[in-house]
Amino acid sequence: MIPELGNFALILALCLAIIQAIFPLVGSLNRTPDWVALARPVAWGQFVFVSLSFGALTHAFLVNDFSVLYVAQHGNTELPIIYKISAVWGAHEGSLLLWVLILSGWTVAVASLTRNLPEEVVARVLSVMGMVSIGFLSFLLFTSNPFERLFPVPVQGGDLNPLLQDFGLAVHPPMLYMGYVGMSVAFSFAIAALIGGKLDSAWARWSRPWTLVAWVFLTIGITLGSWWAYYELGWGGWWFWDPVENASFMPWLAGTALIHSLAVTEKRGAFKRWTVLLALLAFSLSLLGTFLVRSGVLTSVHSFAADPARGLFILIFLLFVIGGSLFLYALRAPSISRGGGFANLSRESLLMGNNLLLLVITALVLLGTLAPLLYDAFQWGKISVGFPWFTSMFVMFTPLLILLMGAAPLTRWKQQDPAALLRSLRLALGVSIAAGIVVALPISSGSMSAGLAVALSVWLLTTLLTSLQQRLKHKSGIGGLLADIASRGGRSYYGMWVAHIGIAVFVIGVTFVTQFDIEKDARMSPGQEIQLNDYLFRFDGVADHKGPNYNAQRGTVRVFREGKEIAVLHPEKRTYLVQSKPMTEAGIDAGFMRDIYVSLGESLGNGDWAVRLYYKPFVRWIWLGGILISIGGLLAASDPRYRMRVLARLRGSRPAADNLAAEGQA
Amino acid sequence: MPRFVRYLAPLVAFIALAGLLYKGLSLDPRRVPSPLIDKPAPAFSLPLLQQPETLISNADFKGQVTMFNVWATWCVACRQEHPLLMQLAKQGVRIYGLNYKDERDAAKRWLQMYGDPYLANAFDAEGRTGIDWGVYGTPETFLVDRQGVIRHKHIGPLTTESLKSEILPLLRKLQESDG
Amino acid sequence: MKWLRLLYTAVLMVGCVSAMAAGLEAFDFSGNVDENRYKHLIIELRCLVCQNQSLADSDAGLAHDLRREVWELMDQGQSDTQIIEFLVTRYGDFVLYNPPVKPSTYILWYGPFVLLAIGLLVLLRTLKRRGSQTESGFSAEEQERLKQVLGAKKPDRK
Repeated sequence: MIPELGNFALILALCLAIIQAIFPLVGSLNRTPDWVALARPVAWGQFVFVSLSFGALTHAFLVNDFSVLYVAQHGNTELPIIYKISAVWGAHEGSLLLWVLILSGWTVAVASLTRNLPEEVVARVLSVMGMVSIGFLSFLLFTSNPFERLFPVPVQGGDLNPLLQDFGLAVHPPMLYMGYVGMSVAFSFAIAALIGGKLDSAWARWSRPWTLVAWVFLTIGITLGSWWAYYELGWGGWWFWDPVENASFMPWLAGTALIHSLAVTEKRGAFKRWTVLLALLAFSLSLLGTFLVRSGVLTSVHSFAADPARGLFILIFLLFVIGGSLFLYALRAPSISRGGGFANLSRESLLMGNNLLLLVITALVLLGTLAPLLYDAFQWGKISVGFPWFTSMFVMFTPLLILLMGAAPLTRWKQQDPAALLRSLRLALGVSIAAGIVVALPISSGSMSAGLAVALSVWLLTTLLTSLQQRLKHKSGIGGLLADIASRGGRSYYGMWVAHIGIAVFVIGVTFVTQFDIEKDARMSPGQEIQLNDYLFRFDGVADHKGPNYNAQRGTVRVFREGKEIAVLHPEKRTYLVQSKPMTEAGIDAGFMRDIYVSLGESLGNGDWAVRLYYKPFVRWIWLGGILISIGGLLAASDPRYRMRVLARLRGSRPAADNLAAEGQA
Repeated sequence: MPRFVRYLAPLVAFIALAGLLYKGLSLDPRRVPSPLIDKPAPAFSLPLLQQPETLISNADFKGQVTMFNVWATWCVACRQEHPLLMQLAKQGVRIYGLNYKDERDAAKRWLQMYGDPYLANAFDAEGRTGIDWGVYGTPETFLVDRQGVIRHKHIGPLTTESLKSEILPLLRKLQESDG
Repeated sequence: MKWLRLLYTAVLMVGCVSAMAAGLEAFDFSGNVDENRYKHLIIELRCLVCQNQSLADSDAGLAHDLRREVWELMDQGQSDTQIIEFLVTRYGDFVLYNPPVKPSTYILWYGPFVLLAIGLLVLLRTLKRRGSQTESGFSAEEQERLKQVLGAKKPDRK
């Protein structure tokens, strides 16, 4: 009964989505206030029904209702409760339902938090989001219904893929979807502005916090995924340039360009065409990612069960949404007015360089991801593009980006005197080159890369400090700093500051762990010791161990440093009861400056095992960087000037006046 | 007019991309086409499955059009295509088998249970001959002409569809040609 | 039947992803074969079963066999080029994790730089166009036209 109700709720949600997509938009063009006013309540209605539907599916998992096909495929009575819940989005159909739930969530967020925006604008934004909802709800109902029944009802479910029975991986899809779907808000704002013909700094200011928050979620989702892969997959890899990973990275890159472009449009009214295009692009890449992951067009270790028929449906949807939006862009772009001019050397021009470089990198990732398909389609032979190609290309282009990142905050808007810029950059140049040389001195291939990474990171850090010094020139002490952070426009700056530090930390982490990690495959007998760098590993054999829904062979490895035991690690080989192939769980001793990582290979008889030992310096800095970037983004999104309108309304003062005052701020 | 055209660039790029993706829906990204097509069959010399003292080599293929089928008892899809192989054998197609990384007794029992369409089976215990032939998954089927040149490789289980559209016409052509 | 194929794919993927660390063989590196050279080579080759993993990472049966093959060829004294040629003859270019640099792959290897050049061109063109703009956002031609239109009236405002 309840699954049927869930299905019915989805149908109702689709009907509401259709209403939401058509009436407010038409009403905003015809000036029919009743239709415009429909937008918010209908959005809420859709959210209620989608939530009910999601609740129904969750319920089905919790009560082990195997008469529902999806639950029978992915549920299991032995599954711990938390994974029964995460199983809801563990496969194709359920994850789509999560997508739709998050979309309706963002929609009601827009519906509730935009009280101070003109009603026609909100109506159009909600209508566009409604159109996206129609696409996904139809996709769910017509091709991927999670509520399909199964007769005869099996006694036990197929179990959730053991890889997914993990906290990190349970949370990773919701975070990513929050990001992907959040980009639809910027997208909808852009479309609304294109339709209405009014593209100005106000539009940019409205879009910016939404985009920042979505981008932060995307950052968190990607960071989580990378961290999960590292500790779960058993050999310490954290990024593979797999098509599905690239599908999440491309919207992130476009999103990064977008938030920077929005900053320029908000401040100077420039880059309007770029910003609109980037807003369309970011969400389009999210949708493209959905297509790539679910259509079977590319091989990936991550993809959901691939189905070309479903792929066709998504492709047609893409044609409507992306094709339609780009067509609208082509129609409206010529009449978008140009904003303030700027000189060849100015913050605008550097940010434009930044935008273009990020787009080039996005295009590069797209090229590498689709190249096998391209070659196969034109029958130029079957090639494969893997980790080495992506990494070498990415590493070639990123230093340029980092150079720009350092210089831009020290460059004035509109016009910058080159000599003055050089003067403020002098210190950073000197220090970073010196630091780079010092690290690169042992002239090995590892030290050269490390030297470059250190030079770039120090460049970022020093330019950030120089910029901070310039900013706080007229303020004194900690009090001055705190006041500056709290000021209008302050959090925007400090958000940038923290996020850019995150990039520097990330660069160090990636380079050092890649160049200086030590790996040893060894055949170990119980009691045997192996030395790796400063650490002594003693293998104490493998014993059997029983988990809630798996049997494991659990190894014990003791790690010593300078004679003292610093860790006892338990790498495991687990066999989940519902499948026969064993999975590895690594034993990790995590540290700020290094990880010690051990994984079990095969049993070689006589109690001997093939064991892999790793020393991974600075590996945690990779995810620390991701966390810092997210904090920076949140800081920037919380800038009071985005909230002042709510405060103004509460205070009863005119928002318009505050508007003008805020627009003059840094 | 020219300005409008410039802004169409993203749309045009997208439509091209969509076209590519559409084509991709009909392709299989997992297929690895063989570089051995139109090249002489890799040499091998293996014991027979049924009589391990006797050797079989690619020289035995010469002079006739041969179908070389790679299979194993642990391969589920091989069961699927087996009835088709029986049919082909009945129609007179010369089928040799490569029993790939399998267990002798299990393979013999399998053939007894399900039927033996093979003229003979080469027993490749370690898969080395499989590597020479570019085998990466079972089942795979090669068509070798009278001169011992590989003319076709079918990846995955044979289907009535693939037989009708590719295999049978090619077999006929190879039979009629002078090799 | 179709969902049977989906099931195979799912099983294959779980298999490929789950047992990754177990790709360890107890090869003997005390003789002819240099461990580092071996490790570097198998990272550059692709597993054909678990297609998005290098030969080093994959635990598929074929990966075991191919690693053994690589080791044996190294033991026989073959060079990296010869070993790669051995595999490419049998499996095609697909077995290379890094696509070869040859005319058909120029798009891939030089494409990004072409894109960078295009990006640079766009940047330069945009800057040049902005250079003729004033604060008000009008280009040089637009300013001319504006002057003409306003020229008819008496300029009593500045």
